[in-house]
Amino acid sequence: MIRAHVLICGGTGCTSSGSKTIQKSFEDALVANGLSEEVKIVQTGCFGLCALGPVVIVHPDGTFYSRVTAEDVEEIVKEHLLKGRVVERLVYNDTGDAAHVEPEHASLNDTAFYRSQKRVALRNCGVINPENIEEYIAMDGYAALGKVLTEMTPDQVIETILASGLRGRGGAGFPTGKKWELARNLVKDADQKYVACNADEGDPGAFMDRSVLEGDPHALIEAMAIAAYAIGANRGFVYVRAEYPIAVARLEIAINQAREYGLLGKNIFGTDFDFDMELRLGAGAFVCGEETALMTSIEGRRGEPRPRPPFPAVKGLFGKPTVLNNVETYANIPQIILKGADWFRSMGTEKSAGTKVFALGGNIKNTGLVEVPMGTTLRQIVEEIGGGIPGGKKFKAAQTGGPSGGCIPAEHLDIPIDYDNLLAIGSMMGSGGLIVMDEDSCMVDIAKFFLEFTVDESCGKCTPCRVGTQRLLEMLTKITEGKATLEDLDKMEELCHYIKRNALCGLGQTAPNPVLSTLRFFRDEYVAHIVDKKCPAGVCKSLLTYSIEKDKCFGCGMCAKQCPADAITKTDYVAPGKKLPAYEIDPNKCVKCGACVGTCKFKAIIKG
Amino acid sequence: MKSLAELAAIRDKMKNKVVIREGSNETRVVVGMATCGIAAGARPVLSAFVEGVNEAGLAGSVTVTQTGCIGICQYEPVVEIYESGKEKVTYVKMTPEKAAEVIEKHLKGGKVIEEYTIK
Repeated sequence: MIRAHVLICGGTGCTSSGSKTIQKSFEDALVANGLSEEVKIVQTGCFGLCALGPVVIVHPDGTFYSRVTAEDVEEIVKEHLLKGRVVERLVYNDTGDAAHVEPEHASLNDTAFYRSQKRVALRNCGVINPENIEEYIAMDGYAALGKVLTEMTPDQVIETILASGLRGRGGAGFPTGKKWELARNLVKDADQKYVACNADEGDPGAFMDRSVLEGDPHALIEAMAIAAYAIGANRGFVYVRAEYPIAVARLEIAINQAREYGLLGKNIFGTDFDFDMELRLGAGAFVCGEETALMTSIEGRRGEPRPRPPFPAVKGLFGKPTVLNNVETYANIPQIILKGADWFRSMGTEKSAGTKVFALGGNIKNTGLVEVPMGTTLRQIVEEIGGGIPGGKKFKAAQTGGPSGGCIPAEHLDIPIDYDNLLAIGSMMGSGGLIVMDEDSCMVDIAKFFLEFTVDESCGKCTPCRVGTQRLLEMLTKITEGKATLEDLDKMEELCHYIKRNALCGLGQTAPNPVLSTLRFFRDEYVAHIVDKKCPAGVCKSLLTYSIEKDKCFGCGMCAKQCPADAITKTDYVAPGKKLPAYEIDPNKCVKCGACVGTCKFKAIIKG
Repeated sequence: MKSLAELAAIRDKMKNKVVIREGSNETRVVVGMATCGIAAGARPVLSAFVEGVNEAGLAGSVTVTQTGCIGICQYEPVVEIYESGKEKVTYVKMTPEKAAEVIEKHLKGGKVIEEYTIK
């Protein structure tokens, strides 16, 4: 009889920090201690607290162990599972009081990271074994599909989704119910329709969709079947990037299990509804996350966008009406069907109902995945859930929406996050990447980073994007090298607006956003680079100089030993009160790596 | 999958196996499992509770878990029952047979078996 479950995170984050080895160690240790009949090991999806991985949770008490190593496993088994004593040193503790954790407060739900979260799309992630369809069914899985097929008409399904106020979680925020309604009604006599899922998550730093695919793949399958029923389709495609091998493998297992259980295939739930789906792996082009390019790629052609209209609801995959939704959007659907539109509307704000998953990254303590009701303030996400910024540094900005989004400065920390508020301040929700930057980040450099990305990823089909982003990047480079004039700044802004107006697809139309939003909130930093030839954050290398303050130098020579360019040499000068001659840096040889600064115990090396 | 009933059957069968992870249980049965407890026979008691609670269909509301030494080693195996809003009940010198009785009378019937509690 099983009396305890050991949940081991098998998400990409924890897998790369060794959770597979830990799982093996647990299996061995349970056998060695005669517990294999009493304790079950479950590999789950992502718990969200990736920074503290590998993560292990022991139920029924819910004890949350972080940064577990293979050496710790024996102790957890012997102490906790055999004798019932929580291994305190491994319990995640966010109170800073490392001395003692009461066993009843060792649970994940008691941490600040989880307390203000509301898990809807992620509700099964880290709870069930994604490779076991029966565990999904135990969590009311496929009940929504059953309800839809046996009790609801397609129009009722669409009405429910419309009433819920669910909007596309891929970033643009188009009402999902509206999308389904159009695909159902616009082309009356279509002989074939399709549903598709955009799992080509390409924003740097974003991994919301990956975690849903890895942690709860059946939710996606169920939701796509519901969408298919609503619009009158019988085939589905999931376009997932090949860089997500764990997600791909679990999705394949899930699809096969769903077929075995008759949840995909013919006459599902004894009705005349047939539905099946397949995977298409993307080769990693960012533009394939754009809907028309994605569909072109599924059709087996080069992934390039095409002009809209016609919209996919009229002419989508293989020229047939198609609904294309993002993974997270789909993950909300079964819950809305089961619990009702009003329940969904009760979360979030008036115009943005429900929750949103964010991938927290950058200069923040709790790197990971969080799901909060729409309308939660950025401050709450960063300070409370994210645990603030390490090293006591100051918050400077948060970047949302990746290469299509913008920066939110400290003055807007208290803005409730939803689609419309973010647009109003020149950023966008995007798919949910949220990169926090501290005072040491240079905003010009950030804009340049994202532009480098879009220049690389521009497919080249239209000129405004192909040439325009390249010219933008050149202007930014000129600024970071201190060679630009104020006139360039105006030209750059003009070019940004030109690209936005004229590019063919979403990639180009949003590519200038990182530049425009940093210009809007951090114009003084651009001016500092141009007029004063200084990078206030000390990031842009061309504008940096390193020098040694000779009167502080003890002449120990540590810096010279560390210098990879032999740019530091001994002088004849001995500072008053010192015994050895001081060193100096030759600016012509210095490569500005900054290696010397860390070696100097006397803080004699100045970056400026 | 041919019917809703078929789906419900799988759900009900599996529910007991995953409910342990939900942690929203109102009642906690805690078995002392330190060296003293194990030596006095706490393991069969723990098993009896785990199995009995499941068989009685109480897995959704009762959590069976373990703890270390409670400090009254001469009374082991010791079992504590925490119910929300009620005072903790401590049963001592437990056996699998007594455990079955506690499940029946206390957990199901709501009546504390005074003679097994600590005097």
